[in-house]
Amino acid sequence: MIRQISGSMILYYYFNIRLLIHMTLSINDVKQIADLAYIEISEEEANATLNQLSDIFKLIETMQAVDTSQVEPMSHAQDVVQRLRDDAVTESDQRDLCQSIAPQVENGLYLVPKVIE
Amino acid sequence: MFNESLKQLSKRLAKKEISSVELTTEFLERIKKFNPEFNAFITIDEEKTLTQAKQADQKIASGDTGPLTGIPVAQKDIFCAKGWLTTCGSKMLSNFVSPYDAGVIERFDQAGAVNMGKTNMDEFAMGSSNETSFYGPVRNPWDVAAVPGGSSGGSACAVAARMVPAATGTDTGGSIRQPAALCGISGIKPTYGTVSRYGMIAFASSLDQGGPMAKSVEDLAILLNVMTGFDQRDSTSLQREKEDYARDLEKPLSGLRIGLPKEYFAKGMSSDVEKAVEQALDQYRKLGAETVEVTLPNSPLSIPVYYVLAPAEASSNLSRFDGVRYGYRTQIYQDLGDMYRKTRAEGFGVEVKRRILIGTYVLSHGYYDAYYIKAQKLRRLIAQDFKHAFSQCDVIMGPTAPTVAFDLGEKSSDPIQMYLSDIYTSAASLAGLPGMSIPIGFGDKNRPVGLHIIGNYFAEARMLNIAHQYQMATDWHQRMPGI
Amino acid sequence: MQWEIVIGLEIHAQLSTQSKIFSGASIAYGAMPNTQACVVDLALPGVLPVLNRGAVERAIKFGLAIGATINSPSIFARKNYFYPDLPKGYQISQYELPIVEGGEVSIQIGESEKTIRLTRAHLEEDAGKSLHEDFHGMSGIDLNRAGTPLLEIVSEPDMRSSTEAVAYAKILHALVRWIGICDGNMQEGSFRCDANVSVRPRGSDKLGTRCEIKNLNSFRFLEKAIDFEVERQIELLEDGGMVRQETRLFDANKGETRTMRTKEDANDYRYFPDPDLLPVEIESDWIEQLRESLPELPHARRERYISNYGLSAYDASVLTSSREMADYFEAAAEQVPEQAKLCANWIMGEISARLKKEDMDIIDCPVGSTILVTLIKRVHDGTISGKAAKTVFESLWLGELKQDVDAIIESKGLKQISDDSAIEKLVDEVLVANAQQVADYRNGKEKAFNALVGQVMKATKGKANPAQVNAMLKKKLS
Repeated sequence: MIRQISGSMILYYYFNIRLLIHMTLSINDVKQIADLAYIEISEEEANATLNQLSDIFKLIETMQAVDTSQVEPMSHAQDVVQRLRDDAVTESDQRDLCQSIAPQVENGLYLVPKVIE
Repeated sequence: MFNESLKQLSKRLAKKEISSVELTTEFLERIKKFNPEFNAFITIDEEKTLTQAKQADQKIASGDTGPLTGIPVAQKDIFCAKGWLTTCGSKMLSNFVSPYDAGVIERFDQAGAVNMGKTNMDEFAMGSSNETSFYGPVRNPWDVAAVPGGSSGGSACAVAARMVPAATGTDTGGSIRQPAALCGISGIKPTYGTVSRYGMIAFASSLDQGGPMAKSVEDLAILLNVMTGFDQRDSTSLQREKEDYARDLEKPLSGLRIGLPKEYFAKGMSSDVEKAVEQALDQYRKLGAETVEVTLPNSPLSIPVYYVLAPAEASSNLSRFDGVRYGYRTQIYQDLGDMYRKTRAEGFGVEVKRRILIGTYVLSHGYYDAYYIKAQKLRRLIAQDFKHAFSQCDVIMGPTAPTVAFDLGEKSSDPIQMYLSDIYTSAASLAGLPGMSIPIGFGDKNRPVGLHIIGNYFAEARMLNIAHQYQMATDWHQRMPGI
Repeated sequence: MQWEIVIGLEIHAQLSTQSKIFSGASIAYGAMPNTQACVVDLALPGVLPVLNRGAVERAIKFGLAIGATINSPSIFARKNYFYPDLPKGYQISQYELPIVEGGEVSIQIGESEKTIRLTRAHLEEDAGKSLHEDFHGMSGIDLNRAGTPLLEIVSEPDMRSSTEAVAYAKILHALVRWIGICDGNMQEGSFRCDANVSVRPRGSDKLGTRCEIKNLNSFRFLEKAIDFEVERQIELLEDGGMVRQETRLFDANKGETRTMRTKEDANDYRYFPDPDLLPVEIESDWIEQLRESLPELPHARRERYISNYGLSAYDASVLTSSREMADYFEAAAEQVPEQAKLCANWIMGEISARLKKEDMDIIDCPVGSTILVTLIKRVHDGTISGKAAKTVFESLWLGELKQDVDAIIESKGLKQISDDSAIEKLVDEVLVANAQQVADYRNGKEKAFNALVGQVMKATKGKANPAQVNAMLKKKLS
């Protein structure tokens, strides 16, 4: 069993893939991403996350070893096209049921702290 | 009776040896007995379950029956079921009683199956050990010190401990196959697009696929017959003719070509797993199959590719959890932004947040091409490798997981170690191919080992045939943990 | 310094489907809050989008109407940002491969024409609404509008004045209604404009820093907002300042724009292809079928009116500003092609004024085109004078005498005297009674002639055919 070694080492161990690029994340990057993702993060959490994300991105960086300049990106698991729905109203009012599980409603509206434009 | 196949149970029901209410009650008793120790279920609702059993009995009385009528089936808590608490293993949905049914739930209901409750899982299906669940970890019935695997760990445990005859799971990078392997049961993730994703809470939309988990391959075929089928509410659901997945179960295996990817049989696999896999392959040779070496040169990169694409999709899929319309909302906040940020900080667990951050980062301006597009290109190469390999073989085999079940807490502080649990399963997910795991013996500490079988697109019937023939020749699938 | 104004518009046209773009909920306006927000619109866990064919069809029709490229495949992407009226935390929109790319329309400024190029038009879903009335210091969210299909139409920065921008917006407004893809109701928000405005020194080929003004829901606001913004930017630059790239809101009460958000806090939208939606393939058969279903387009009709009926470019564009008006004109003009100009004058004059006064659309005009034609014929054949025709029209509008033109003329005694012998008799009488004026005229006082005509008209209470009176007088006096 192999333990307590980095992801890139493991990949090397498993598959002889070497790391080509070392990217560096900063604590500010982590805070910025958390902000973009609307997740509050404490200084302590940001630090812990930084270390883990750095390791994970080292693992992710191993992708750069393969030349993909001639390859089309693959977005879907199947090469099929979008099916279209006929334009018809099929849904009826389910407001009461749907709002029975809402955190806060009044007069049929979902309430949130004041929205400022 | 707890170790009987679906066919046997169905026969008992048909012969009126036992009613569905009685059968269901027996299994409910077993759940009550074992669940406190194993924590396989998040929600058990005897009343709802027994109501369904009564309805099933009426169906049986009126002669309106199918292979699953009256059969207890546990549902992974990722499937929305109307009137049931549906948590996805998260605090974020700890109060979410679904107002609607998932396509899969409808199908089981229509088939007359009895919903035995909602099984525990890694939070939002993100995990390989079931330790990320807000509802606490699930234990492996073979060894309570071990994890059951994940994310469908509750379902795997419930079937392995014979708390239910069958269960559903979902698989994004290995979440059916890996826990099936670690718990010594059978599980299949069919071709992407075969099982409706409507009402299956999304983790990574282009990878997520539901599938059954059961004791035997024969049971899987029966379950797949009910679970699969076109759903117009899911744009990625494939419009194909309905097929009988059990049709080829009894076919002999002579002439079968099994591809063994050299990358999987290099280093990395632990020796106990390797030994069990070799024995299984020997068994196949005895059954008339030949093995050929194939190569999947890009498949080692499936872990980094997966950990770009799945978090990217997840970061967006999980944006709807904001405490506005349903689910958890933080108690104290200053303004709207604060409400959002605290709700999401408190409602999501560590692993989910980690993946949201990874996904947000790889999609963000300036990194999109280097990470997201790069990963999508590699995804195509990984899929092409399989296409090439399947020109040389009928199915691909290897280990489902690199090791037997690890101990609780062993990897939970090291995400990368955890991520590598899916090293053999994620490639098939990226390609959208069907994959399954069947029990083939025991490794270290007498913990189960699974054989991974990958088939070509829509080759489920053939794969089930291949796996069933193995189970006809061996009895690993009938072994029960000594609980 | 001479400044050049550069304007590009982004117009959101709500498509006139029955159901939402990705769900089967109704898009009817004015329902009780959240009664038309189904589980898909509410973004419950596990729900998925399925694309509405009607929305795609309408987008294709638009593309065909402006001579654009229809992309196939076309891709849907997620635009990620958090807002309480955006239930999924992302908007399904299009980024790469929008359904419509390129195309152009021409606008008419006075008698001159100008071509405005379009960049693209893409399909997307609308957001819900935040209501800011006080709910204990909170806002209320209504998601009925969430998921309503929109076509976002983006122009190139080809406009050089607020007049051009308004003309362009009006052309598009007319077009989307003309081809039946949008009801164009601006009060209900079915047609909304955002304007990108910048200025640069005349002669420069580099674009200045632009500001985007959001949510202009009337043509008047569009004009005022642009004018204010242009003034603001020029003043800033002339004072040695710089324009900051930002999004601004138009305050209709104050008639000014103000900062909404700056570029610095602009979102990183993290666009990526929506994994829940597959590439949309649009087969050429489908495109051809839709092309055939399109009505004759405004610019084609405009050309035809100019060449077939000899109308001016201005008249032709006014008459084609809505399909209903063009249809009305055409129904009339087809019956009296030689009087097409008269038809146009009536429609653009009397009828439009009256409709405007009553706040009515031409489709509801109580005077039908055939009745109008009868009226025009009576003027042309000399039965009534042009002035009397206005009186008849009023009667027709009010529905008097079953809108029988001749009966109205008869009952009101509006018929002209066109009988030569009757006119001759009248003229003779007037000549005898006004010997002095006759003498004046013969001595070269041209004015006296008009006075004599007036006397004849007076004697007939204005009913004599003026042309005949003129001719008869000339004959008698020569």
